[in-house]
Amino acid sequence: MTTTTPPLAPETEPEPPAKPSGGKPRRGVSTIIVRIALLVMVLVWTIPTIGLLVTSGREPEVVSNSGWWSVLSSPLDFTQWTAQNYEEVFTARGMGNAFLNSLVVTIPATVIPILVAAFAAYAFTFMKFPGRDVFFIVLVGLLVVPLQVAFIPLLQIFGEIGIVGTFPAVWLAHAAFGMPLAVYLLRNYMEGLPGEVIESAKVDGASHFVTFWRLIIPMSTPALAAYAIFQFLWVWNDLLVALIFLGPGDNEVVTVNLSTLVGTLGSDWHLLTAAAFITMIVPMIVFLSLQRYFVRGLTAGSVKG
Amino acid sequence: MSSVRFEKASRVYPGSDTPAVDALDLEISDGEFMVLVGPSGCGKSTSLRMLAGLEETTSGAIYIGDRDVSDVAPKDRDIAMVFQNYALYPHMSVADNMAFALKMQGVSKDGRLAQVKDVAELLGLQDYLDRKPKELSGGQRQRVAMGRAIVRQPQVFCMDEPLSNLDAKLRVSTRSQIASLQRRLGITTVYVTHDQVEAMTMGDRVAVLKDGVLQQVDVPLSLYDKPANLFVAGFIGSPAMNLLDGKPTEGGADVGGYIVPLDRDTQARTPGRALKVGVRPEHWRIVADDDPGLPVEVTLIEELGADAFLYGSATDTEQSELAEVVARIDPRDPPRKGQSLRLACDPARVLVFDAETGERLTA
Repeated sequence: MTTTTPPLAPETEPEPPAKPSGGKPRRGVSTIIVRIALLVMVLVWTIPTIGLLVTSGREPEVVSNSGWWSVLSSPLDFTQWTAQNYEEVFTARGMGNAFLNSLVVTIPATVIPILVAAFAAYAFTFMKFPGRDVFFIVLVGLLVVPLQVAFIPLLQIFGEIGIVGTFPAVWLAHAAFGMPLAVYLLRNYMEGLPGEVIESAKVDGASHFVTFWRLIIPMSTPALAAYAIFQFLWVWNDLLVALIFLGPGDNEVVTVNLSTLVGTLGSDWHLLTAAAFITMIVPMIVFLSLQRYFVRGLTAGSVKG
Repeated sequence: MSSVRFEKASRVYPGSDTPAVDALDLEISDGEFMVLVGPSGCGKSTSLRMLAGLEETTSGAIYIGDRDVSDVAPKDRDIAMVFQNYALYPHMSVADNMAFALKMQGVSKDGRLAQVKDVAELLGLQDYLDRKPKELSGGQRQRVAMGRAIVRQPQVFCMDEPLSNLDAKLRVSTRSQIASLQRRLGITTVYVTHDQVEAMTMGDRVAVLKDGVLQQVDVPLSLYDKPANLFVAGFIGSPAMNLLDGKPTEGGADVGGYIVPLDRDTQARTPGRALKVGVRPEHWRIVADDDPGLPVEVTLIEELGADAFLYGSATDTEQSELAEVVARIDPRDPPRKGQSLRLACDPARVLVFDAETGERLTA
């Protein structure tokens, strides 16, 4: 060993300084390109949102006289700012009521499919019963069925039960449409959980029910949270299902309210932007507060780490 | 505490023709430490999982005490299992992990706490009770997994390679800790490993399996001295036993021109069939060039301090290569690499096997 290194050293010595200097700029250029691309994307995505927010907080006359970017020159001119727009859409334009309705629709429409899908995913993963794989394939196959196909039959069924225009109708519709994806995602996640942990619970005397609630649900939190975010955002932003099964009126949700406002207040930008911002704020909060759950890390430590 | 008995227990996986465990007959007495050992895929883990109830018994029966548990659910068998990767509940603290089974049995909170505390003290885990598994080192996790089993005071411990995720040094110390803990608790233990050193050092008795078939069950020393067949002879012992081709001849076995003397009884059992002559590395000695022996060219010397091993290729009288041999030699005066020398074996310790059936022929 020691006899072979001296002759090698002079040969390799000039190379190391050359290599990093040859590799570093290239790596640097690619990082810069990535950063620029990211910056462009962030700007493209956030500038309209900022414009929306700024416009919604300005006096109506100012909005119609100058673009939102003019506030950049005089941000401290407080005569141009007002909360009046929000007050008006919230009370006079029914956005307050619609906001509550949206919560009433979205929370159960998120919780119900998660709960049912988690039970189903547990059964598909950890229980053996005849026809299990066939059931699962059929269920996942439902992913390709577009929801529009089901509207007319669903309206007929809901009409017979007499729940059209009520909240349970949207809860059921959203829960059912979200189910295949939820079962699919959760089962895939549960399949990745260490099987020995479940076997250990079996030996320790845990029933299926206990295993589900005390082990599987806590260990599946990342998947549950990820799916909850998707479902919540989808339901909150949905216009089609809400319009068909709830419609405009007392039970209307924010998206329906907003689309009505677009029709009635065509040029009142200060009000439309305020309404739009109210519609956006909840999804933003939900995403920002729950995004850390996207990081899988909960199973670390249960098996060899 | 109670005994365990496998009675012609077999496990055939669906879609497979050959059983993973083939008619296993094994009796483990009360308080015994039984090690199941064998190469991967030999059915040792499957046997253990059958005992735990995690694997169905296709035919035959398994008894714990006098109770046939073949169709009993795992939780009703009164066993505790330690898994290879520990299978700790990741979101629970160490204390909750250990108390989980007691909770399932309906033990009161105070009762659970007291028992967990006792066991934690036994294993030196008192300071870690509030930690989550991911905040522990590998060795500590392993102890938690042991603690979780001990706290239940089961009839039988099932351990599935519990040391294989530890580093080499920790494995050796934990090995002796587990063995002495088991002696102290006196709970019947079935321990699965692929490491024959673990098997030899820990077990009261050792069962060697191969391809789902039990090869031999005996105390460690008997396995070493009197292996029932070629497989056990080659599997037990490190470095492995030298197994050389030989043919029966006047007064002994002819190994490439070197006549290994055999006793009369053994000779009587070797009528004209091909043989395997088994010599443990420690039963060789270096002899003078004109003494009877096997000519060997040294290819490698392994010096371990207390021991040294000589690896070499043996040649027969026609100078053609016969086999690779290993011999234990004096570590203070080892031969050099490339040196030619002669090895002779201790005839009293030589084992002779039938090359065809693999059965041992020496008494």
